[in-house]
Amino acid sequence: MNALRLLVQKPWIWSFAATAIVWFITIMFTGGASAAGLSQAALTFAAFSIIVGIGQMFVITLGPGNIDLSVPAMMTLSGTVALKLMGVDNAMILPGLGVAVLLGVAVGIGNYAFIKLLRIPPIIATLSMSFIVQSMAIWTNRGIRIKPPALLADFTTSSFFGIPNVAIVAFVLSVIAWVLLQKSVYGRWISAIGQSIPAARMAGIPVDGVRLATYVLCAVLASLCGYLLASFSGGAALNMGSEYLLMSIAVVVIGGTAVAGGDSNVPGIWGASLFLFLVVSMLNTYGLGAGIRLVMTGIIIIAVIMVAGGRKRGRA
Amino acid sequence: MNQAMNSHSQSVPVVEARDVKVSFGAVRALAGVDLVIRPGECVGLVGHNGAGKSTIVNVINGGLSPHEGTIAYKGEERGRTGIAAARGHGIRCVFQELSLCPNLTVIENTRIMHRALTGWGWRGRAAAAIRSKLDEIFPGHRIDCSRAVGDLSIAERQMVEIATAFADVGQAPKLVILDEPTSSLDASLAEQLLAHVRTYVAGGGSVIFISHILGEVLSTATRIVVMKDGRVVADRPTAEFTQAGLVQAMGSVVAEKKDARVARALTTSEPILSLPPRHGRGLPFKAFRGELVGLAGLSGHGQTDMLVDLYHSRSGNWLRRGNPQVAFVAGDRGYNGTFPLWSILNNLSVASLTDLSRASLIDERHEVELGEEWKRRIAIRTPDMENGILSLSGGNQQKVLFARALAVRAPIVLMDDPMRGVDIGTKQEVYDIVRSEAENGRTFIWYSTEMDEICICDRVYVFNSGAIVAELTRNDINEENILAASFTEAVTREAVA
Repeated sequence: MNALRLLVQKPWIWSFAATAIVWFITIMFTGGASAAGLSQAALTFAAFSIIVGIGQMFVITLGPGNIDLSVPAMMTLSGTVALKLMGVDNAMILPGLGVAVLLGVAVGIGNYAFIKLLRIPPIIATLSMSFIVQSMAIWTNRGIRIKPPALLADFTTSSFFGIPNVAIVAFVLSVIAWVLLQKSVYGRWISAIGQSIPAARMAGIPVDGVRLATYVLCAVLASLCGYLLASFSGGAALNMGSEYLLMSIAVVVIGGTAVAGGDSNVPGIWGASLFLFLVVSMLNTYGLGAGIRLVMTGIIIIAVIMVAGGRKRGRA
Repeated sequence: MNQAMNSHSQSVPVVEARDVKVSFGAVRALAGVDLVIRPGECVGLVGHNGAGKSTIVNVINGGLSPHEGTIAYKGEERGRTGIAAARGHGIRCVFQELSLCPNLTVIENTRIMHRALTGWGWRGRAAAAIRSKLDEIFPGHRIDCSRAVGDLSIAERQMVEIATAFADVGQAPKLVILDEPTSSLDASLAEQLLAHVRTYVAGGGSVIFISHILGEVLSTATRIVVMKDGRVVADRPTAEFTQAGLVQAMGSVVAEKKDARVARALTTSEPILSLPPRHGRGLPFKAFRGELVGLAGLSGHGQTDMLVDLYHSRSGNWLRRGNPQVAFVAGDRGYNGTFPLWSILNNLSVASLTDLSRASLIDERHEVELGEEWKRRIAIRTPDMENGILSLSGGNQQKVLFARALAVRAPIVLMDDPMRGVDIGTKQEVYDIVRSEAENGRTFIWYSTEMDEICICDRVYVFNSGAIVAELTRNDINEENILAASFTEAVTREAVA
């Protein structure tokens, strides 16, 4: 009984409850035939939103106004550049990954440089950055679609004992993020900064250093996600990141992270990512048109946020 | 004064609390309190941190509903309760935690507290009301009412909040609750406020006056109520109390005021810290190892700015230094002190996390040990260090901030008037800790608005308009010299300027 009460107080429980309900409804509709297939697809597609969502979560934890809108452009750029560099050569897989990470570091530093040196609010700074990054992607890509190296394409599309490899990657990254957030000094520091920058500064926290590291972390995760997604879908496309802008923010919010900052959690990102994918596939199973589907998705997201937001925030 | 009491005793009480009980989880904040406030009296409310003063005040202003017992305004036994009802009966509150919106101007903040200011030209009427009240209570205050509250100093914000509470817009205040109103005001402003309280009470208004400075309570209140552990332990006219009797009633023994300044030879001739004159004016600043350096002067004359600049220049904003040089104790808790979402323990340990961790992962067992050690050393009143920081009373939150700074290995501790709202018993404990730490070689730089604290320092710098105008040592440190120096203007140094 006590354990149950503790569970209900967790902010991420709602996203998992919603996921279970939607999963169940969809399975009921198809008569249980597609349970395994649906779960596998959900894990695969959720994995990408989980990876970008974790990065966005760290940034949102930094407090009101902190957000990274350059996520989609970052994904596109790292996908195009890495695939072009690898040029279908299996030997270039690791160098390609390295370049993707370096691009993330560069864009992250660029984002924070805009915020700090030009004193622009993060929402504008990262949006301007995203135009620069997107233009670079267009310039490198020039409309040519390059296939990923066979080994990498295989890895991203296959499973290990029924669990998609990309989901395993996302899981490993989530565990690292969880340790970072809950157990490390860095996690305490970002939570402190999210609650009050002046108080954090006067408690000896290197505020600028921590914020820079967080924007870099977010860009690197977006970049990794772009690398994997481009390999998964058989080549980079210029619009491949676009749906991940709203997605990265929605999974953080639905997952129970405080939008005002200072209070975050990793499990919620999983629940929310699975939920968002399942909502779309549920509406698909009902055979609804694209327009209705988008409207319904929006309404369901708002409903979940209202239910989750209506709960009492446990404060002694 | 007995006469005054008698003449009012027949009249209907402004507010009447009967057998009020409130508890927060396991903590019993009020264990059956009776409090009756009549028109024309100033009730002084005293007691230790956590005695329940703020809680009973919150019950009276409608912010908390009692779990047991009744609250009646103007004798309406079964009337409405709640914040709106309390305001409707003319009850106004000046909070210990300043409650103005920092992003709004003084005029806009007046509008928030006074709903009657509606329709065309409310700005003009609000400006007139707040300006005249400020002029009345604090003559010569120099506050520009069109400025955002966030730009004002903490003393100015407190003045605005007081003036807002006393302002008469459509409806006159009947009972004004002042919770530690003088703690961030310097002596001259405090005296202006107390004078206004006396006039207001003489005119038939009522005031509940909470203060840890017993002299103020004795000189201003007509009746004194002493609280201890959520109960009223004494309720008598002021004339029947003396300072010693009051302290005894509160249940604490004040240590004999010993001369803190044991003649200590400053063996090191090399200062641990030295700064050129601020803004090119006045005297340079120096601090030696193991010294207690006081920063005095009227409040808001650049003492806090100097501490903050000092801190910023000696701690990394991009990387944390391996050995922290400075630690900081905040006075403005809500602004640069507490982390409201966190537990007491997390708030305490935040500045020493790098010492508590291995490979940058926090050792939680060490953290708990640190928390228990300081809970014992500085007597933080809580059943569990995992409780939220906001579950503590203001004074106890301040103790946590103290522990946070003292737990850091830094050789220099900066204190930004941290004793605001802390009771006498705790103050004595903290003074003792500060003294023993100083003997072990730590340097304390201490800005304080309270003369007693300044007087236990080894050396004192007096500020005026952002610059140091005087340096006092040893036997020259007394109220008279400090006040005299506070009004001296700094001379511009030709060489620097």
